[in-house]
Amino acid sequence: MKVAYWPGCVSRGFTPELHGSVAAVAPLLDIELVELDRACCTGAGVIAEHSQELADTLNGRTFALAQQAIAEGAELMMNICSTCQGAQSESQERLDANAEYRAQVNETLAPEGLTYEKGISNKNFLWLLVEEIGLEKLSSLVKRPLTDLKVGPFYGCYIVRPADRIGITDEHPRDTYLALVIEALGGTVIEYAGSHKCCGFPIITMSTEASLKQSGMHLGDAADADADCLVTPCPLCHLNLDLQQPLAEKVVGRPLDMPVLHLPQLVGLALGLSPKELGLARHVVKPTSVIDWTTTVVAGVPDPERDGTVAAGAGA
Amino acid sequence: MAETRKPAQDFTLRIRRYDPESGEAPYWDEHTINLEPHRSVLEGILQARGRFDGSIGIRCSCKAAICGSCGVRVNGQPGLACHTHLDAALKASRDGVIEIEPMGNMPIIKDLIVDMDAVHWKKIARVTPWLLSQDPLPEREHIVPREAMVDVTQSMACIQCGACVSDCLSMEVDPLFIGPAALAKAYRFVGDPRDSQQFERLKDLAEDPHGMYDCTHCFKCIEACPKGVAPMNQIMRLRRRAGSDHQIKDRNNGFNHEHAFVKNIRRNGLLHENDLLADSFGGKANPKSAAFLARSLPVITRALLRRKATLKVALGHPHKAPADVKRIFETVEGRDQRNELNLYIEGYDEDDSGAAEPNVAAVAGGGQDGQSMASAPGASPKGTV
Repeated sequence: MKVAYWPGCVSRGFTPELHGSVAAVAPLLDIELVELDRACCTGAGVIAEHSQELADTLNGRTFALAQQAIAEGAELMMNICSTCQGAQSESQERLDANAEYRAQVNETLAPEGLTYEKGISNKNFLWLLVEEIGLEKLSSLVKRPLTDLKVGPFYGCYIVRPADRIGITDEHPRDTYLALVIEALGGTVIEYAGSHKCCGFPIITMSTEASLKQSGMHLGDAADADADCLVTPCPLCHLNLDLQQPLAEKVVGRPLDMPVLHLPQLVGLALGLSPKELGLARHVVKPTSVIDWTTTVVAGVPDPERDGTVAAGAGA
Repeated sequence: MAETRKPAQDFTLRIRRYDPESGEAPYWDEHTINLEPHRSVLEGILQARGRFDGSIGIRCSCKAAICGSCGVRVNGQPGLACHTHLDAALKASRDGVIEIEPMGNMPIIKDLIVDMDAVHWKKIARVTPWLLSQDPLPEREHIVPREAMVDVTQSMACIQCGACVSDCLSMEVDPLFIGPAALAKAYRFVGDPRDSQQFERLKDLAEDPHGMYDCTHCFKCIEACPKGVAPMNQIMRLRRRAGSDHQIKDRNNGFNHEHAFVKNIRRNGLLHENDLLADSFGGKANPKSAAFLARSLPVITRALLRRKATLKVALGHPHKAPADVKRIFETVEGRDQRNELNLYIEGYDEDDSGAAEPNVAAVAGGGQDGQSMASAPGASPKGTV
């Protein structure tokens, strides 16, 4: 399927391994990425805090660009960042709710010939995996099941709250999708207190101790629940959980050593990509538990390219 | 009506029990009650207390989601026991048993009763929760714009149940955080044109290291509130008024961070993290910026060594905002009045034609409010700004 692809800012800044891993995984899932390279930052809630209309106009512009790509054959818009999803969903809710407000935003967009039409479908990569590709299909693509890998999900606030805006329903229990994906990839889901809590990143410059206490606490809870690693669909959570982990360790006063994977990296590992291709070497916390595990399995699994056998299930 | 009502059925409740004075550890008790599925969890707890164990501690009064006494966690979610139907609670349960716990972030007095005085009410008192009127008082009544009062109705809907306090994730790590309920209450007065101390209130809440800039935007309080107050949205409005209308430059870098972010996107289109960090501390030359940099040096070194961040990305400016993004900033920032659409007040268009009652609420700076806001408040059960 073809998607209008919004990569966000951080995946092209401090988490380049995220952008890279999406590019590596997409062809394996038969996703064609039409990158929205003229679109700009969603505001991550901060621009909305400054001026709601400004955030809504910038996001309306991105939606309008995506709708141009959709008119040219893309099925929907896809993002790879919980925070982008949340900020965009918030703007979309207001734009879709009120015709006069939408008209005003469109008036600002008009000089460039852009218009946002109510009702764009904008999905995070996680939602796309479950709702568009499907868990069965995903399982069938697994070349290297994540057997014995204990993975703690970490969603990020913006993709699970508020439930009505985010579209969490009986039909689409989106607040459980990470667990479903981990299972579909053959891994073991670790339940721990912090899976749906806040990583603390938004206040890192304003209330540094409180921010690092949050990430440190969740990482510690996951370690206590015996997780090998965490997986997150949010690069901002990744910054506080991985990049800042050495500082979080100091604040909570315990070693953590908890690797944190981006969702496309976890999918890529199961689909047979090498840790290096997925940028796992670029993390601040070395994903030793994960890499050791994949190396072991890779060593024990016949290479499908070389001798034509199917590797799926062989790692069990 | 009566014929559609479902008959009584069994529901099993798993209730958290704890008596701090007993010296015993907390434990779980299970009781199976029998009620119609549309009855409330509170009625279930009261039946269990009446039939099986008179010692279960629960505080309640109105049983109609008005008094705010029966705040608890049902299946891990904070809310009012009287406002949660048994069938919905059963559906949300993990294992077919409805789990009921006391609220979080507050000490437990007994079982499901928490000490609201120790936390919630102290924080409410912290924000001077009464009108500080002008001196001298006007000779006759205050004449206020209708829309200004409509603007504060959302925060006035609070019934002080403490559900938002229970699950505030910032308060979980920083018990001194003023918190969602009290900050929403603060907006009730900051947004009231009759109040004479709006600047002082905002300055106080901005300068407090546990004040308005301690909120992480996690949406927990919005989910928790049974009355649609959306405390987080009120905190964002406090910040908007402090940072934009009153230009309050606080020591917590709240002002700096907001303005640095907006400047960053205006210039680069995409976020440039390194500039944002420096500017959030008041610029690269600011000692606070240097202190944060020094503290982060081991992390930065490691990120560079792992090629997570390259010097080119960290120091260069690979992106430039497209011309139309710059123009959008100029157009919107150049307006005389700030446009805000509060869906709690405005509700949603009724049909797809978009013809239904469009009313864009324009809220100008510093409580000087303008323009029309015709529809009735409370149109949406969940608050959204």
